[in-house]
Amino acid sequence: MENYMKLELLAVGENEAFARSAVAVFALSLNPSLSELSDIKTAVSEAVTNCIVHAYGKEAGENRIFIECKTEKQGAVGVLHIKITDHGCGIEDIDVAMSPFYTTLAEEERSGMGFTIMQTFMDGFALKSEKGKGTEVRMRKSIGVSENETERERVNA
Amino acid sequence: MEINANCKNEVLYIALVGEIDEHNATEARRKADKLADDFARSKSAVFDLQGVSFMDSTAIGFLIGRYKKFNRYGVRTYLTNPSQSADKILSMSGVYNLMPRI
Repeated sequence: MENYMKLELLAVGENEAFARSAVAVFALSLNPSLSELSDIKTAVSEAVTNCIVHAYGKEAGENRIFIECKTEKQGAVGVLHIKITDHGCGIEDIDVAMSPFYTTLAEEERSGMGFTIMQTFMDGFALKSEKGKGTEVRMRKSIGVSENETERERVNA
Repeated sequence: MEINANCKNEVLYIALVGEIDEHNATEARRKADKLADDFARSKSAVFDLQGVSFMDSTAIGFLIGRYKKFNRYGVRTYLTNPSQSADKILSMSGVYNLMPRI
């Protein structure tokens, strides 16, 4: 069984909570554990925040973020695919941007841990970016494989 | 995010309640810094994370920023009651090295 959705959002801070909640609700059909759901919400929040703060910056309120999600289910195992795209400034050097604690906005108390968290919390992560054109983040989360069934706190039994 | 504080025996308890993300951290930052100024003579400050329902990497910047602010007054800072997912973020980012978990 497969499912698909596409969201187009204005790049404003108010939509950070909406975006992560929307993706989490979409993932519910895969019967994720609370911790899997929390990983997904955190990773989406990081990617969407990057679009608003870094990709669009001062022009954030006039630009849009695109989120596409797909679920696949094979028996008890599910996979969630997420693609988050912006048409913002792009990333100059991906390797540098992805290194832990690297940030271009240290004075704003940015931690520089966004990409590290996305990579750690998800099972697949890929980043494509072109200077002046935009950035695309693809993430994959396997649901129901890593944890012992008896330890799982089911969100929707 | 909401911030509730009370001070007992020179220990300032700061309860963070709600979701910590980029959008709602600004106001909380201002409130927490005011507490640091108002209670500059406390021995220590404990951030209670029990009421935090969500956090992303914004919380790392937020907590390290507050650590620096309190540290300037010589006030030691601690963290308590993180959820499992908050603990994951705080462990991987090394925040506990600055603000030990109690």
